[in-house]
Amino acid sequence: MRKIVLILVVLGLAATVVVGTLGRRDATVSPLERLKARYPTRHVSPIDHSKLAALQRTFASPREVTAACLACHTGRGVEVMASSHWNWTRREYVAGRGIREIGKKNILNNFCIGVSSNLEGCDSCHAGYGMVDASFDFTDPTNIDCLACHDNSNTYSKTRGGMPAATVNLQQVAQHVGRPQRTNCGTCHFFGGGGNNVKHGDLEQALFDGNRQLDVHMASEGANMQCVDCHVAENHNMLGKSYTVSSMNRNRVACEQCHSASPHDDNVLNEHTLKVACQTCHIPTYARANATKMTWDWSTAGRLRDGKPFEEHDAAGNLVYASIKGTFTWQTNVVPEYAWFNGTASHYLLGDAIDPAKPVPINTLYGSYDDRQSKIVPVKIHRANQIYDQKTRQLIQPKLFAREPGEGGFWKDFNWQRSAEEGMRSVGLPYSGSYAFVRTDVSLPLNHMVAPKAQAVGCQQCHTRQRSRLAGLRDFYLPGRDRSGLVDTFGGVALLLVFGGVLVHGSARIVARRKRGRR
Amino acid sequence: MSTTRSYVYQGFERFWHWTQSILILFLALTGFEVHGSISFLGFGQAVHLHRLAAWAFIVLIAFAVFWHFTTSAWRQYIPTRRFLRAQVEYYLIGVFHGAPHPTKKTVLSKLNPLQKLTYLSLKILVIPVLVISGLLYMFYRYPQRYGMEALNVHGLQAIAVVHTAGAFLLVAFVVAHVYLITTGATATSNLKAMITGYEDLEHSDPAAPGEQEAMA
Repeated sequence: MRKIVLILVVLGLAATVVVGTLGRRDATVSPLERLKARYPTRHVSPIDHSKLAALQRTFASPREVTAACLACHTGRGVEVMASSHWNWTRREYVAGRGIREIGKKNILNNFCIGVSSNLEGCDSCHAGYGMVDASFDFTDPTNIDCLACHDNSNTYSKTRGGMPAATVNLQQVAQHVGRPQRTNCGTCHFFGGGGNNVKHGDLEQALFDGNRQLDVHMASEGANMQCVDCHVAENHNMLGKSYTVSSMNRNRVACEQCHSASPHDDNVLNEHTLKVACQTCHIPTYARANATKMTWDWSTAGRLRDGKPFEEHDAAGNLVYASIKGTFTWQTNVVPEYAWFNGTASHYLLGDAIDPAKPVPINTLYGSYDDRQSKIVPVKIHRANQIYDQKTRQLIQPKLFAREPGEGGFWKDFNWQRSAEEGMRSVGLPYSGSYAFVRTDVSLPLNHMVAPKAQAVGCQQCHTRQRSRLAGLRDFYLPGRDRSGLVDTFGGVALLLVFGGVLVHGSARIVARRKRGRR
Repeated sequence: MSTTRSYVYQGFERFWHWTQSILILFLALTGFEVHGSISFLGFGQAVHLHRLAAWAFIVLIAFAVFWHFTTSAWRQYIPTRRFLRAQVEYYLIGVFHGAPHPTKKTVLSKLNPLQKLTYLSLKILVIPVLVISGLLYMFYRYPQRYGMEALNVHGLQAIAVVHTAGAFLLVAFVVAHVYLITTGATATSNLKAMITGYEDLEHSDPAAPGEQEAMA
């Protein structure tokens, strides 16, 4: 009787375990599965704007379009005016510097250096109309450019002054608005730094109509995901930011929004996610379609031929010299550099003193192995040589853009003295009159151009003694790359001694036996 | 001097010995590939197979521990200093003159004093160190991942260094062991014994040291 009860109990337990183990997986549908179900469904706007009475008219100016938008979409203007796309700054805590109002507006960069004295050359990427100088009214909602982001007719474009190009049919565009497409975002974000793929390396025009090899998410023949599928917006606050202008670990896009933190079948791979960002393995190289700019030397700018500025291109068609900008180098299929990153960064802030003997970090990504928030991320490091004041040891905000010669804009006058004077005056900083050029580096975390999984970085590209991708990160022990010199030396010597001992002892035995045999 | 054919190594003992030897060789091969010393299967595959072999080894150890205690075979490994010097002198001098082994091998006392000492240190020191450091190697991230602060392991360095040091010791042992088994009655008699289980052992009178040892 006891036996029967015991057998029943054991069988019952076994059945519970089996059912429990098998049943567990079905219990939840992963976000990825939900996405797979969602993406084959085409997004249809609930409203056909071409039928709206308020849009059956001609618009004399783009501001009239904005007014029409806001007449129905009440309150949206306030949201936009609170966003970075509008303000080009946000309040951020910068480690060691406190709360600062920072952003594209006042942070120096490694490309065209800074927008402060050049607004008119930069504002074609501002989500507003007419931000040509400091007099721009950031509180007037009719200055908002709704169409740059919401045009679905693919006919809208902006020009100098942030105004629509003369060819734009405002009525046509206003009647075909909707959810932002890659074309809307890419028009600015793919051309940052003054040309295609100049800045990021993982954001460029090939993504308008890419394939799966280039980007598994945005491939036209595939998921065809749009930027806003990951950069989810709520009340016009977009998820995601660039660490060239942001400092805080907040409002970030994460792969884990859809994928889990342990997405692999192989548990050893899953353990990596504690310290390694998804991007590190899944973006094996960047600039896989068109080249990206790796270096920018401003010090050679200003050479003229017959008194006129000129440009030179390499065999692949990349701009390698421009009188207005200096000398560039480009690369395709670039292996990223790697950094520990915890989501916080600091920046060179206008007025900071530099050490000209060392490369000046335009931004610094914080993180280390010991920091629990940190993961290894892939970065593009863009290296430049840019102007600084030899006396005050400050980086200089130069004036580059000008409408006419004589205004001090370098792109018209090719005179660094004047450019520095005018530029520094625009930001209220002194200029001593003595300039030179200094190496400046910017770190751009890579997040796009996720490759098909077959192309993910293999184990041995990091876990190897020679040319490990992680050769630069030395604050932790990496199997296959690292070893204790002491243990390896002693171990090697011990093995040699044992082998040697065996050889000597064995040969001596053989010799001794032969001698005995002869006797 | 007459000999008797005796059943020295039981079935499980031989199974355990040979499985262990294959596993240790395989673990050394894959382990030193993970360490970066050799290149054979590729890092990822080496890691994968090293883990599988490690679990197989741990299961085997569990069975072996059970066997040692249920059969009292563990008594074979009780260390002694008696004849230890004689055994060392035999390897250094006697073996070259064809001198007899200082201790006699019997079914109840298969190991000479040097073997007892070496195998015991393998069993209670080298292999436990390798197994424990190996398990830590596999699981050191878990406390951090699941927020068990008290158990947090800072990094892999200490674990990996200890594990590697143990591996060097074990490989050194295997080399010496493979050589020293040729010092039996004939060069292959020990090997044959470990394969078939049978070995021709010398008759021993009650005063023979080996016998005394076993009875002690």
